[in-house]
Amino acid sequence: MKSVFVTVGTTSFDELIAAVSSPPAVRALRSRGCEQLVLQIGRGALEPAPRRAPAFALDVFRFKESLAEDLRRADLVISHAGAGSCLETLEEGKPLLVVINEKLMDNHQLELAKQLHRDGHVLYCNCSTLVETLQSMDLSTLKPFPPGQPEKFALFLDKVVGFE
Amino acid sequence: MPVFVLFDGVFVTSGDFTPARTEMESYIIFHVLTAVYFVFTGGHTTEILRLLSCLSESYSPRHYIFADSDKMSEAKIRSFEQKRAEKFSNSQFTLDRIPRSREVRQSWTSSVVTTLYSILYSFPLTYKLKPDLILCNGPGTCVPVCISALLLGLLGIKRAVIVYVESICRVETLSLSGKILYYFSDYFIVQWPALKEKYPKSVYLGRIV
Repeated sequence: MKSVFVTVGTTSFDELIAAVSSPPAVRALRSRGCEQLVLQIGRGALEPAPRRAPAFALDVFRFKESLAEDLRRADLVISHAGAGSCLETLEEGKPLLVVINEKLMDNHQLELAKQLHRDGHVLYCNCSTLVETLQSMDLSTLKPFPPGQPEKFALFLDKVVGFE
Repeated sequence: MPVFVLFDGVFVTSGDFTPARTEMESYIIFHVLTAVYFVFTGGHTTEILRLLSCLSESYSPRHYIFADSDKMSEAKIRSFEQKRAEKFSNSQFTLDRIPRSREVRQSWTSSVVTTLYSILYSFPLTYKLKPDLILCNGPGTCVPVCISALLLGLLGIKRAVIVYVESICRVETLSLSGKILYYFSDYFIVQWPALKEKYPKSVYLGRIV
């Protein structure tokens, strides 16, 4: 698990950034082989300082046009529950740990993360259980996420408008 | 039929029926669809573009209509259309903006006012395009356009088929637009079984984005 990518999408999620860059979390990640931790902090106020050590690097940025490269490079993605972040990660075939922002408990965005967890596609925790999850998680239990099928929609629409 | 692509919804307008003779001496009726596709900022834009990705070139030209406060969708749509033009030589599209009818978490009373304003704005546009089919996938701007289309139908000017696709983010509850358009759409598509159970008149095709 050499490269770990943390993303909060377009939101701000200081609690996650704080939790994942805390010494216990970094220790847990490094004990699992992490040598590079990249934090995409979005609109967050908390901006950890980048670090360069012989066996460990911490990089921080706010936004990019596309996170595809960072997702591809990652061996583990730790993400907020945003649908876009979750789906993009799963479509890259990367193991995903979703961290719930308890300040947003009424947010309907949680519906998708919860369902993905129920279906075995993602791991799920909150900021206070992040460290123990990082220590004990078994990524091999995650099921691959099959792509959506827009061709089924095209077939349906063709029937509806009378193209057959 | 010209395709009318609305950000935050899809319009499909009718076109000409042109019988054509084939080599096999049979007749083909040609439908060129005008569709309006609504897309949204962020993930919803991605969703609508995926929905469009497998549609045949009969759904062309496409007229996209933006919420005027939407900054990100235009670039995504242009990029989508550019790739499409590389595949289909006759690919055509246009872009239009209408006032956004409601911001996220906007209050009820002000939402009614802004929605009415959006209807006033979208009705002439809808009247001009006279869609046959409206395809929407989410919040805000699609409601005034659908209402405009329903009015056109009531006035006997043009009857549109309204197809609504609820976002993949909606697993157990519908968006506000979804709750409204569940009753006014002809086909209401959901992407998770729990919604199909709760809303029995909906169509479930599995995950389509």
